[in-house]
Amino acid sequence: MAETVIAAHDVGLTYQTDDGPVFALTNISLDVAEGEFVSLIGPSGCGKTTLLRAIADLEKTTQGSLHVNGMTAQEARLARAYGYVFQAPALFAWRNVERNVALPLEIMGVEDAGGRVARNLELVNLKGFEKKFPWQLSGGMQQRVSIARALAFDPKLLLMDEPFGALDEIVRDKLNQQLLDLWARTKKTIVFVTHSIPEAVFLSSKIVVMSPRPGRIIDVIDVGLPKDRKLDIRETPEFLKIAHRVREGLKAGHSYED
Amino acid sequence: MRIERALPILTVTLLLFVIWYLACIPMNAVLTTPKIQAAGGGLFNTLALSWNEGRPVLPSPHQVLREVWNTTALVAPWSIKSLLWHLWVTLSSTLVGFVIGGFLGVVLAIGIVHVGSLDKSLMPWIIASQTIPILAIAPMLIVVLGKTGLPAIITKASISAYLCFFPVTIGMVKGLRSPDVIALDLMRTYHASAWQTLLKLRLPASVPFLFASLKVSVAIALTGAIVAELPTGAVAGIGARLLNGSYYGNTLQIWAALFVAAFAVATLVWALGLFERISLARMGEKP
Repeated sequence: MAETVIAAHDVGLTYQTDDGPVFALTNISLDVAEGEFVSLIGPSGCGKTTLLRAIADLEKTTQGSLHVNGMTAQEARLARAYGYVFQAPALFAWRNVERNVALPLEIMGVEDAGGRVARNLELVNLKGFEKKFPWQLSGGMQQRVSIARALAFDPKLLLMDEPFGALDEIVRDKLNQQLLDLWARTKKTIVFVTHSIPEAVFLSSKIVVMSPRPGRIIDVIDVGLPKDRKLDIRETPEFLKIAHRVREGLKAGHSYED
Repeated sequence: MRIERALPILTVTLLLFVIWYLACIPMNAVLTTPKIQAAGGGLFNTLALSWNEGRPVLPSPHQVLREVWNTTALVAPWSIKSLLWHLWVTLSSTLVGFVIGGFLGVVLAIGIVHVGSLDKSLMPWIIASQTIPILAIAPMLIVVLGKTGLPAIITKASISAYLCFFPVTIGMVKGLRSPDVIALDLMRTYHASAWQTLLKLRLPASVPFLFASLKVSVAIALTGAIVAELPTGAVAGIGARLLNGSYYGNTLQIWAALFVAAFAVATLVWALGLFERISLARMGEKP
């Protein structure tokens, strides 16, 4: 039995605004086991990014309990339990690729920084680009650097917030394939926010469908597809069946609106 | 420099010189009119006498340049007659004040960005400090500091520092706050300390802001040093030359001193610009 990495029980997050409270998250209960690839999918405003940020202790929950590696979210952040990949690469313009990846290692005082940087750049296929500055790289390459940076200190958990959202579809397909390979090689636990159905089905072992106002979980789907996937799996009936179920879930969440 | 880039500035320079030469004629008329009449009038006499008056109200450009040449190139640099020596006296206190003020400005900005109560309590005072005319506060500061037994150069430099910390504080507060939320969130995910965030994110991000502020600061630092020389009755420095020139109605001496001071500031600003380009290039900025 794999260990539970993330345990959310009845989590709620409410913002107080001048127009009254906003229920960003309500009744979120979710377990993520070690080695899983969990996608959070839903339309804008459904709280998927907020949930990821709550797991990362970048937002404070107002209700329920949220544990990461058996610790509270805050303890987990202080213990540097996860690597976080943002929507934008957020590379430091004054650091070259190598030194951007080394940033968390410098802050944490990790030994063998050089070796770790080299290994992780190889993992994201960026060997040979060590001395380049961010402006010299394409958007896809920049996001790969940010993935290498998140992995540099070898966290067991990787939190990714629409990392490929700003990239075109061809680059995105390629990076999805690379991300799957990376997941297979590193055996990380990954929580991945997206609003693309094919991306979620292709990558995940589990899909969490969310819906807005209030932000909540509509459906949790176990993806039975084999771990070793290639892009053409997207044409198979099994894949389409799961994609259909995700789409139905998203529709259900919207049915009483508009 | 390519001719397309040089042409606009050359045109403006030429225009200024034309205006200056033309202005010399009416400005010096009080002194020159009898001489022109005695010489028999005419355009040639008017121009020649207006532009070469011995004690002019407004000296002509070539007279000023000749005065600069006479007091820099033709006298020993360490002589009290040398404008270079006077420039050095003023410039040394300018640079000391610039360094103190720049350092103070950065320290204040770091405090303001990190401590919310400092932002609220210090910022109004910092702004108020610059609303007081420097001419009013300089004599008081110099008298008060003079009594503390500090070296004279520090006393003088304090006026420069007083003027030049302000742009640095304002610029650096903006610069230290320039990293976007995502970069600050990233540092939080690493559980980076405030000190680490300052060193690895805020300070590097603020470098372009720092240089912009320093260029403003160095120019007003020189003004501060000159002003500081006025109330003390100093015998050395650009300010002393200005004061001396105005006592004796020696406009040539005043203009020459102003020219040399302006040239020195332009050189300092240019040097900072060069240092900025080198620094930013080393920081991997897109050329």
